[in-house]
Amino acid sequence: MKRSSVLNVADRNASVQILDGNHAAAEGAKLSRVQVVAAYPITPQSPVTETLSEFVEEGNLNAEYVAVESEHSALAVCTSASIVGARTFTATSSHGLAYMHEMLHWVAGTRLPVVLACVNRAIGAPWNVLNDQQDSISQRDTGWIQIYARNNQEILDSVIQAYKIAEAVYVPVMVCYDGYILSHTEMPVDIPSQEDVDRFLPPYKPHTTLDPAKPRNYNLVTLANPRVNAEGVLCHGYMEIRYLLQEALQNSRETIARVGQEFGELFGRSYAKMFWEDRLDDADIVIVAMGSLAMEATVAADMLREEGHKAGVLGLRVFRPFPKSDLVKALKKSRLIVVFDKNISYGLEGATCSEIKSALYGSGANAVVRNFIVGLGGRDVKARELADAVKKSLSSMKEGVLNNEYPEWICEI
Amino acid sequence: MKTNAVNLTETEYVLPGNRLCPGCSVSLAYRHILKALEGQVIVTVPASCLTVLHGMYPVTSVTVPCVNTPFASTGASATGLIAGLKALGRTDLTVLAIAGDGGTYDIGIQALSGAAERQDDFIYICYDNEGYMNTGNQRSGSTPLGAISGTTPILGKQQNQKDMTAIMEAHGLPYVATANASYPLDLYDKVRKARAIEGTRFIHVFTPCPPGWRFPFSDTIRIGDLAIQTGWDILYEVENGAFRLTSASASVARKGNLRPVREFLVEQGRFKNLTEEQINQLQDRVNARWQRCLDRATDLS
Amino acid sequence: MGTRECKHICGESSQGIGEAGRTGEWRSARPVIDHDKCTPARQNKPACFLCWLYCPDAVISKTIPVQINLEYCKGCEICAQVCPTHAITMVNEEEFSS
Repeated sequence: MKRSSVLNVADRNASVQILDGNHAAAEGAKLSRVQVVAAYPITPQSPVTETLSEFVEEGNLNAEYVAVESEHSALAVCTSASIVGARTFTATSSHGLAYMHEMLHWVAGTRLPVVLACVNRAIGAPWNVLNDQQDSISQRDTGWIQIYARNNQEILDSVIQAYKIAEAVYVPVMVCYDGYILSHTEMPVDIPSQEDVDRFLPPYKPHTTLDPAKPRNYNLVTLANPRVNAEGVLCHGYMEIRYLLQEALQNSRETIARVGQEFGELFGRSYAKMFWEDRLDDADIVIVAMGSLAMEATVAADMLREEGHKAGVLGLRVFRPFPKSDLVKALKKSRLIVVFDKNISYGLEGATCSEIKSALYGSGANAVVRNFIVGLGGRDVKARELADAVKKSLSSMKEGVLNNEYPEWICEI
Repeated sequence: MKTNAVNLTETEYVLPGNRLCPGCSVSLAYRHILKALEGQVIVTVPASCLTVLHGMYPVTSVTVPCVNTPFASTGASATGLIAGLKALGRTDLTVLAIAGDGGTYDIGIQALSGAAERQDDFIYICYDNEGYMNTGNQRSGSTPLGAISGTTPILGKQQNQKDMTAIMEAHGLPYVATANASYPLDLYDKVRKARAIEGTRFIHVFTPCPPGWRFPFSDTIRIGDLAIQTGWDILYEVENGAFRLTSASASVARKGNLRPVREFLVEQGRFKNLTEEQINQLQDRVNARWQRCLDRATDLS
Repeated sequence: MGTRECKHICGESSQGIGEAGRTGEWRSARPVIDHDKCTPARQNKPACFLCWLYCPDAVISKTIPVQINLEYCKGCEICAQVCPTHAITMVNEEEFSS
């Protein structure tokens, strides 16, 4: 395995190394002192599992590494290890995440702070190992917090923050990053010292535990209506337990912001906002995208600016909980919003676009919203194409239609 | 000291007033499994009749800690428990994964096989009532040839059961055993033995099901015993490769008087449509398996 | 009053006898022990206890004399079947209702 060289030492507590996204994720897990890692190899995630097993075998990470026989089992191992009180990590992509689907619900329903790195990859059929975001978007409604990283530094930082967030609100966190574009691309990454991470991230305190000294039984059949326990206390029905999960995700926005700010104070990179902005102050055209695609959009915005358009970019970082009110504020001045999605909700449009539209409903905003589906299955996305799509949207605005029925696809059909 | 009904612990870990059917052998077997583990256990259970026994939130009929896990994941859940406990430095507890035949032979075989290949340190118990009884009796990989079930409603099942215990033995486990709810002391002793061994331990427990097999619930013990006397079910253990017949099966072998399998079959409504040819096939299968056991047993002099 | 007071954030259950209610009500016939025939009572020492051993519902006590918890006994009759001295007979519940 390729070991990255130390470029320079910014201060005594951090070092900048050239890392690809998968190594950044593995470093983040190691610095978070994960205690149980269970993972199954899949392209393009495999180097994450290889790197973590190397950390464990060379004695640099004091964790149980479980080489499971499937992704379903990977998350089942994390679930049960988490409920006895261990900090757990797994990573997957695409079909692996789809195979975990049942367990994703189970983890969230048990309110376990498992952290999962999802290396975004297209889903078959047909087979494709390259990038889009259909995999994690398809798991939107499983009750996980979803964070999308735009570069390798954000991958590492997000994994560390993910534990602090998850263990504060007892909701699992999925850290998503684009396959190959980030996972296999090397970039300088500032690696914080273990000492500083320890200061930032306290040990995991489970909300409950499995112990014969206080025998509890988790996830029994739960009735539709509330029921009293042996002590006569009225306990939840199924629906109240669902409500509490929704409430936890709603309230997690504050925790995500607080943790992001604390991270900034300690490490100099703040994540207090759910999305990042590029030239939104004076923009009347806003490009919205997630992950590395939003970085490409900033190049498109440069082109549009050169051509006299006041374009800006909103890079969505936290997709669940969806930062509705903050987005409305950031988008209120725009007259055109162009949403680029690397996913498709078949029969409707890209998921990000639907969410943006629903956020705008009732806000008084009457911006034109256009949606383009791009980059599926690794199709290259050029900044020029994004800029042209924006210009095409500008001309279609003249027809006065706020909302097209279906998205346009940037492909050659 | 040999375990008997007089010296067996009075402590119960399954509370009265649980949700299982009257005369349920799963409840009986589970009582003795938990006695053998003396409460120092964390249990993981998939969807199954045992989930019904464990009760409905917020009340459980069981006094040991337990996490319910999705159907396919029992083996992996056990691995997670043991990995978590190990990471936290807790070595005093046994992890018990317990699932039905559907959860073991069918949907759970992958996770179980993975965990067994890794030699993860837990006891896996399959209680086998030869069908999906919790969902109302559908055919499983353990339903016998000719048995009527919800999904083999008229013709009966057209295939034989698979031999799950042999599959588990092929994983090279340190301890593999069979037990039968009608012989609770043999079951208790095997769980005690398994508890002291490291690695993946597998115990198959034969658990007659009155509603699924269609016999009166007062006959549970007798039906389980008939299975032993006819060789339909065989009590044995394989400890580090050494095979030994135990309890009533060892007695049957010594006496050499296996009763005809027909005696076991005619007692159950599920076999009412068996043809003579099928009865002969089942008898041949029982004979062949019994002979294999006799050939392997080294202590029957 | 809502359900928040239970303080659970997931399905967390604690133990209770009679989770399925008074399962004795399921019974159509009741096991009745003749202590003149029952071995522990007759010998006045711990012995036999097969009814206790085989009871699927743990409703029989390992005491002298042996007792059956009729609040939860489902009336499966296994105790009567396994009793070597035939000390247990099943009596129709209707006979107790008057």
